[in-house]
Amino acid sequence: MHPVRKQRLWAVVFIVVFSSLAAGLVGYGLRGNINLFFPPAEVAAGLAPAGQPIRVGGMVVVGSVERSTDSLQVRFAVTDYQATVKVEYEGILPDLFAEGEGVVAAGALDERGVLRASEVLAKHDENYMPPEVADALLKANTAGVTP
Amino acid sequence: MIPELGHLALIIALCMALSLALLPLWGSWRNHYHAMSMAPSLALGMCVFTALSFTALALAFVGDDFSVALVANHSNRLLPGAFKFSAVWGNHEGSLLLWVLVLSLWTSAVALFSTQLPLPVLARVLSVMGFISVGFLLFSLFTSNPFLRTLPAIPTEGNDLNPLLQDIGLVIHPPVLYMGYVGFSVAFAFAIAALLGGRLDASWARWSRPWTNTAWAFLSLGIMLGSWWAYYELGWGGWWFWDPVENASFMPWLAGTALVHSLAVTEKRGLFKSWTLLLAILTFSLSLLGTFLVRSGVLTSVHAFASDPSRGVFILLFLALVVGGSLTLYALRAPALQSRIRFAVLSRESLLLFNNLVFLVATLTVLFGTLFPLLMDALGQGKYSVGPPYFNIVFLPLMAVAMPMMGLGPISRWKQDSAQRWRRELLLPMAAALVVGALFPSLYQGSFNPAATLAVVLSSWLLLSMLKDCFVRTRSARGFIAGVRRQPLGYYGMMCAHLGFAVCVLGVVLTSQYAVEKDLKMSPGEQFELAGYRFQFDELAAVEGPNYLAEEGRFSVHREGLPPFKLSPQKRRYLASGQIMTEAAIDAGVFRDIFIALGEPIGEHAWAVRLHYKPFVRWIWGGAILIAFGGFLSVTDRRYRRAVRSGASASVLVEHGPA
Repeated sequence: MHPVRKQRLWAVVFIVVFSSLAAGLVGYGLRGNINLFFPPAEVAAGLAPAGQPIRVGGMVVVGSVERSTDSLQVRFAVTDYQATVKVEYEGILPDLFAEGEGVVAAGALDERGVLRASEVLAKHDENYMPPEVADALLKANTAGVTP
Repeated sequence: MIPELGHLALIIALCMALSLALLPLWGSWRNHYHAMSMAPSLALGMCVFTALSFTALALAFVGDDFSVALVANHSNRLLPGAFKFSAVWGNHEGSLLLWVLVLSLWTSAVALFSTQLPLPVLARVLSVMGFISVGFLLFSLFTSNPFLRTLPAIPTEGNDLNPLLQDIGLVIHPPVLYMGYVGFSVAFAFAIAALLGGRLDASWARWSRPWTNTAWAFLSLGIMLGSWWAYYELGWGGWWFWDPVENASFMPWLAGTALVHSLAVTEKRGLFKSWTLLLAILTFSLSLLGTFLVRSGVLTSVHAFASDPSRGVFILLFLALVVGGSLTLYALRAPALQSRIRFAVLSRESLLLFNNLVFLVATLTVLFGTLFPLLMDALGQGKYSVGPPYFNIVFLPLMAVAMPMMGLGPISRWKQDSAQRWRRELLLPMAAALVVGALFPSLYQGSFNPAATLAVVLSSWLLLSMLKDCFVRTRSARGFIAGVRRQPLGYYGMMCAHLGFAVCVLGVVLTSQYAVEKDLKMSPGEQFELAGYRFQFDELAAVEGPNYLAEEGRFSVHREGLPPFKLSPQKRRYLASGQIMTEAAIDAGVFRDIFIALGEPIGEHAWAVRLHYKPFVRWIWGGAILIAFGGFLSVTDRRYRRAVRSGASASVLVEHGPA
């Protein structure tokens, strides 16, 4: 074979092998590491799978935050004013976590329908609202429910 | 009055940018000398008026002019002076103005330092940069005017800057990051100018290389500053989150890394010409995409300010225009570039090609992970998020594959090399690296750790093979000192950057493998032992800052044989906004950081406390600083100054030299 063609062939073979490896990694990486957002109304309607990583977002129900006195356990409820989802979390909550404010919790639903959160994200400044939460609230609002 | 003058200055800057985008380009097409030679003056004029506009906004911030809406929303009388100034870019409108300012600074730098370029080339380069400036100035003036007033009801006090942003990290992180981000526009402009002019010899690579390296070094530094800021200011001790906005700055860095390497091949050997052009276009497009992602508010992120859909549409259109236009131009012009220069499979060219492949694939996988949620949302498939494990699974193996080749790179020869020679020169470094890697984890922690072993093997392989290369290069000279002095500065720049990469990899892997972290409840008087350190919670105190009140936990940390030291993390409440913020306390060291942060109060006296022991975490940023320093060092290489002085003849030499 002509040396230039041989060289090209090698380059092409190499690029194909390398990119398919990368594509394989991407596929493997995506499996189990992406999670879908559900507003509380959809969780209540049973649309969210149990035991799989999901995110639930909405407003923290006023008066729902219960802190354990001897550990870092926290319980609270998240609502989109159509339904509420109970959340359990162990750890330190973000600074801007507060009752009546927007929040997104990531975790998995247990068999009782409680979200066991591994991560809780609050908004990061006074005026900002996570887009998912804003969207969920808007949907609830147009469905004719007002807070 | 001053804000209106600032607004006016911005409009004048737009007019200058428009003329810059059109006149010199027309001149280069019609070979009209006067039109072309206007380019540098227009570039400088644009820069002066943008700077005036920026100064006007800065004056409004520093002088507490709350009649300007932006100041009223993002500043406060109690804010310390330095933060009043940095508050200028702590919001959407101001940070965009900073973007434009940095762009005009780069444009005028090109105008000032490239006077030896052939006039048509300079005219085209500056025109392209003028065109980009037009886009961003329009964006600023029409969708994000920073000078809007709050008349007639002027507030007496401002809403304050987000406390997270009241920090030295924010004072320096955005300007440095933008220097890098925007600096790739120069590489882009050179590439487009080369395509427009149809003169696609290797000389454009030599002209654009120092600019690209500088931008790349700034970007490295900017990303490092952001990571460092996140580490101590976001409060929870993480240093990289694969947050979409971090990715937005990381993707141009990855593509830029590929570009820096492929420019080396194009400059030295006249190869990969069209590929390098494509990379230059890709890198700047990713900078623009990053700007879109950050500024349109489509993403949930610390960097997203309150969003406005019209802004997103504007940047998206501009992005489509720039990417579409430049790719069309590329498609029309690039196929003419067939190079007939050959190289063997085992050669430096192949290794650099491999580097390009790795970094391009890394860029694309990060891009995919970042855009996946947007894509699924646009397709109506629901709101997904892609977590850090995805990026780690995809990204880390790529880097692990790149590093063995990185060790070969510096010592390899252009055109043709042999496995035999590599074996002869590198067997010793390789064996030594394997031994060091096998021993390190057991000596450090007393147990085997595969990830740490791999990282230490690869990093010491990099380091040792570079030492060997240094030795090989200097042994033919009269003495060691003479040999060291004979090497060009560009060589040391490369060494420094590769060393920085090794240090950074060590930092990343060792920190993630050996860090110890504990969240627990502690009351004053209690103590806890973590990683050989005894943390004693001494007392709780109330502290008053300039614009906040804080609860301060006072801890003393003891370790056998060392003097104890004190750490005082705070929980602050900012007066103007009432926002709560965690201020972590960190004892920094070369080999470990001790990190304490206060969570929230539990019960009567107790607090949730986070304790961290983070070994080697400083190496991450130390490595990044070395990388950036290497980039800057390579730019000072004498050959660039010489090349610019006799630009045309040098290009001819390069054209015929390596064939």
